Amino acid sequence: MLKPLKVSVLIFVMFFVIVGFLYPLLITVIGNVFSPWQANGSIIHKGTEPIGSKLIGQPFSNPGLFWSRPSSTAGFPYNALYSGGSNLGPTNKVLINRVENRIKILRNSGITGSIPSELVLGSGSGLDPDINLESALVQIPRISKVTNIPQNILRNLIFDHLNNRTFGFMGARVINVLELNLALMNLEKAYGR
Amino acid sequence: MTNGLSNLNIALDLLEFGIFFVILTLLVKPLGKYMSKVYTGKRIFLSPLISPVEKWIYRLTGVDADHEMNWKEYAFSMLLFNFIGFIALFLILIFQGLLPLNPEHFNGFSLSLALNTAVSFVTNTNWQAYSGESMASYFTQMAGLAVQNFLSAATGMAILVALMRGISRKNAKAIGNFWVDLTRSTLYILLPLSIIAAVFFLSQGVIQNFDSYKVVDFLQPVVTQSGTVTHQVLPMGPVASQEAIKLLGTNGGGFFGANSAHPYENPNPLTNFIEVLLISLIPASLTYTFGKMVGDTRQGWAIYIVMLSILLIFLGIQYYSQIRGDPLITNMGVSGPYMEGMEARFGVGGSVLFSTITTGTSEGAVNTSMDSLTPIGGMSSMVLILLSEVAFGGVGSGLYTMLAFVIIAVFIAGLMIGRTPEYMGKKIEVKEMWMAIITALTSGIVILIFTSIALITKNGTSAILNPGAHGLSEILYAFASTANNNGSAFAGLNANTLFYNLATGFAMLIGRYIPAIATLVMAGSLAGKKYTPPNVGTLPTHKPAFMVWLFAVIIIVGALTFFAALSMGPVVENLIMWGGI
Repeated sequence: MLKPLKVSVLIFVMFFVIVGFLYPLLITVIGNVFSPWQANGSIIHKGTEPIGSKLIGQPFSNPGLFWSRPSSTAGFPYNALYSGGSNLGPTNKVLINRVENRIKILRNSGITGSIPSELVLGSGSGLDPDINLESALVQIPRISKVTNIPQNILRNLIFDHLNNRTFGFMGARVINVLELNLALMNLEKAYGR
Repeated sequence: MTNGLSNLNIALDLLEFGIFFVILTLLVKPLGKYMSKVYTGKRIFLSPLISPVEKWIYRLTGVDADHEMNWKEYAFSMLLFNFIGFIALFLILIFQGLLPLNPEHFNGFSLSLALNTAVSFVTNTNWQAYSGESMASYFTQMAGLAVQNFLSAATGMAILVALMRGISRKNAKAIGNFWVDLTRSTLYILLPLSIIAAVFFLSQGVIQNFDSYKVVDFLQPVVTQSGTVTHQVLPMGPVASQEAIKLLGTNGGGFFGANSAHPYENPNPLTNFIEVLLISLIPASLTYTFGKMVGDTRQGWAIYIVMLSILLIFLGIQYYSQIRGDPLITNMGVSGPYMEGMEARFGVGGSVLFSTITTGTSEGAVNTSMDSLTPIGGMSSMVLILLSEVAFGGVGSGLYTMLAFVIIAVFIAGLMIGRTPEYMGKKIEVKEMWMAIITALTSGIVILIFTSIALITKNGTSAILNPGAHGLSEILYAFASTANNNGSAFAGLNANTLFYNLATGFAMLIGRYIPAIATLVMAGSLAGKKYTPPNVGTLPTHKPAFMVWLFAVIIIVGALTFFAALSMGPVVENLIMWGGI
């Protein structure tokens, strides 16, 4: 009885050290040598000021910027301390009501045709950094009106930032909203705002 | 109004599925062969590097690597080791506040949550009633949870290897040495693969550091009811190292609450593809290891094909259901795919592929809110769990559960055609049948009893987020997931309550250890039998006829057990959704 107990404890201690400490430390060292920017959060700087992570979405409601997907994280949208989706089921009245409200806001912003689903349906993480092409294109008239940037310029800007499916077949075609907006703000400067 | 995905996107999604399964199938043989060499003690290319470490561990811990155990000693060692792991993790969780590497100063877990979480990670379930970024320190994640990610996976693999030996040995008592199987699984298989995977993840943007959380200003402040928010706090941590083993060990416990939907865990479509591959890699390859170890690789491929067929059917059902979407939303003038709970970068294809594989195996990581799937889409994942996760199942546990179904299938077929039931030259008798039935049915019984209790008590129903039929699905999914050691959730259910922490904790324990012990009993019993060479009366278990039969037995057992419960949950919700509320 005592022998197996001793072996159990000792084997556990061995692996506690090997996979609990040595392994993550090795990976940390490799990360900070070979891909330090990624290992530390893919932070984007404007000058010296960190203004977000390329990978973590931010909320936008300014009519002169591209809007991200809705987010239901606790406290405020895109609260990275509480990642997660709404968890609302497809027949839940709460979801239907929320979508109705989001549609209302988008209609008020001038969208007349059908509304791209990603602008009214939240992601699983609540931190989605991307929107699809349709969701970006539909925002052109509003942004053009507010910023006086011609529609075709905005269109080109979107296509410049469009990431195709990886290797042509993985995932979906998306646009990083933070990067798109940073580029848009540079354009706005050029157009004298 | 355009509805759903364009034909081009559907074609590309199907191409993604196709390429995925081709790559996986191509990897089965090389990795399966490698693992069979590991378990039979043959030299492999990593031996010069790892063998000294292995010998050093045995010397320091006093393990006699040449000593072979009978099933009782094997089972006792396994249970004792798991118990030690449980105690260690439980203490780490309780005393988290006093331990180092806790830059956000999180307090210890409550007793019931610590109990639930420790059971969850020791049983390879990784059911999470806590949220990583707001409750768990780096020490807890790395030295507490991730250690069990390795060890619970290695435990499952060890049990399977013991069963393989039981099948292949004749007139023997011994089924191997638990300590050696555990050590070899970790050092030769899990650790090297994890290192490769973690380095890849690092290059793609998965984080790995020990910094305190980073504060970054929003580009544009947000106005909320309670004031203006100007910044965001980005959680940090040693994620890449944990991500790798979370997937490879079919554990599934995310570093963050959003699990593999979180961009720091799964930053792009390529990482998503690789994550799904890592989940299925070991369980799928073990079928080849099995064939190799019992001396007939056709037996392994036959099982692989049955597993793959089950997976493909439910992948198809879920994908079809998701691209049909939610008519309640499209009727409001919304176009495009139904993306509630899905990440834009993965699209419907990448989300469905992940959701299917994570439930067919016992992984339980999610890149999508399972609770927000369409009724039939969510049911498809739930059914894969309810079929006892045999496609491809957990590392080790998937194949040993599948072998229980094989025994049952052989036995029933034997009765029907009047032949003595035999598998791999071993007579299937009363003891084997009992153990196979226990392995195959324990989780089903646990699920139905616990779900019923939850449904008739206030403690059970008050945790529901989504009302109506969907609420039943939330509870059924919770017990399906825990009793089968999956760990994914219809996460709307508020599971961090005393009732659910205890109930799901029991479900995880029973669902893990009863089948595990039954498997070891069967291993011991089969090892002791004499070998009967195949004759004209032997049922061939590698031919298509048997594959179809095995498939049918699995589906029939699952359907008979859960048809009623599924009818009242997802099926009703689907009718409501398409019929209009």
